Amino acid sequence: MEKKTPLYQTHIDMGGKIVEFGGFLMPVQYPTGVIAEHMAVREKAGLFDVSHMGELRLKGPDAVANVQKIITADISGMKDGDIKYSMFCNEAGGIIDDFIVYRCAADDYWLVVNAGNREKDAAWVESHLSGDVDYRDEGNDWGQLALQGPKSQEIMKKLCDEQYLPAKYYTFIDNVPLNLGDHTIHALVSQTGYTGEFGYEIYCKAEDTVDLWKALLKAGEEFGLIPCGLGARDTLRLEASMPLYGHEMNDEITPKMAGLPCKLTGKDFIGRDALVALGAPKMKRIGMKVVGRGIVREHCDLYTMEGEKIGWASSGTFAPFIGCGVAMGYIPVEDIEIGKHLNADVRGRMVELEIVPMPFYKLDR
Amino acid sequence: MNIPAELKYSKSHEWVKMDGDVAVIGISDFAQDALGDVVFINLPAEGDEVTAGEALGDVESVKAVSDVICPVSGTICEVNEALADAPETLNSDPYGAWIIKVSPVTDTEELLDAAAYEAHCAQEG
Repeated sequence: MEKKTPLYQTHIDMGGKIVEFGGFLMPVQYPTGVIAEHMAVREKAGLFDVSHMGELRLKGPDAVANVQKIITADISGMKDGDIKYSMFCNEAGGIIDDFIVYRCAADDYWLVVNAGNREKDAAWVESHLSGDVDYRDEGNDWGQLALQGPKSQEIMKKLCDEQYLPAKYYTFIDNVPLNLGDHTIHALVSQTGYTGEFGYEIYCKAEDTVDLWKALLKAGEEFGLIPCGLGARDTLRLEASMPLYGHEMNDEITPKMAGLPCKLTGKDFIGRDALVALGAPKMKRIGMKVVGRGIVREHCDLYTMEGEKIGWASSGTFAPFIGCGVAMGYIPVEDIEIGKHLNADVRGRMVELEIVPMPFYKLDR
Repeated sequence: MNIPAELKYSKSHEWVKMDGDVAVIGISDFAQDALGDVVFINLPAEGDEVTAGEALGDVESVKAVSDVICPVSGTICEVNEALADAPETLNSDPYGAWIIKVSPVTDTEELLDAAAYEAHCAQEG
């Protein structure tokens, strides 16, 4: 039985095409279409409902110790208002999920996890709790919107004073008063996102989500803000070479294989010993541009030009802003060379790709 | 949903227009809407044999790939090569952007007239 976010009916009213994703019914696109929505984020602004994401809170005297044990990142250097990207690893060093962790206070940490892994992550965290820690699954309490694009700040400034907008990437401000016109709500605003573009993610009380969505669309209208679905969310993150759990990571892929930050010296965490023992990875994530005719997507086998099967594509699509097909995948470390050409088996036909540096698209922050 | 009255339609959302003994084939408005933004089309070649009910090529949108099922059997006499560089015309002009022409036509699938096709779309959509 699929779940719905507070905006489900709003999406339908706005002509959203609903699909199932991560156990939720979400809009994959609106009548504007994926390409127009993608371009809006790169050139003006787009608004996404990401309320399907999960939120887990650990609070109390032993919160730090609990979090340190189960995540790869070291949180000891964080200040209130800081955010870090991290992962849970299993005992073998495989990735259980990736997420971002917010330090709300010295003894209060908030993990925002992938929708599709909410139950798995909650079970993992719960099974490893120890000592004096208050753990809460807050997934149903929050609505979450992502406002992304160069016009994001101007749009937000119509709802709140500039002092309330986090000035640095990967920081947040809590209890931001947002003026929705006829009333004010309070929300947590972070300078984060999954598009590779400047923007914010805004967390409000679940019951405020629809009002916030409507107020943002109204405020953003003069700047060209449009609602965007999960289709554009995927093309944007792929164009920015951002990994997606279930594609670039799964519980058999290690952080080093995926090219994700993971310090093995320093604090201990679940999976660290296995990762130390594994040493350098044999397969690594690469980025590719399609130079032949076609689109290379996940599950396509990758071959050398001489015809040897060496790996697989984990994601791929047509990237609208840079205007070509892009893909990410895994091949043996010894075969990795920027500029090297590979072939991908696309439904029985070979499509040629070139290994290129990641990210395919990068914003100058 | 646009469904021109003078065309015939397959259940898999292709349209057919008979120009004398030449069958002109494309995808319907319903099909392009369901696909989303088309970014690539895999075209067959002039001279290829096609069989009613089998794929003549495929179209890729940003999120998925879909076979184009040929409603007729015969030999391809012309291919709309312009689509290769401008696949998005399938979205903007599905009835103008024909994909292939077939002549002679040796067999046809069971085809629907506009009214029957409209009813079929209503059931699917």
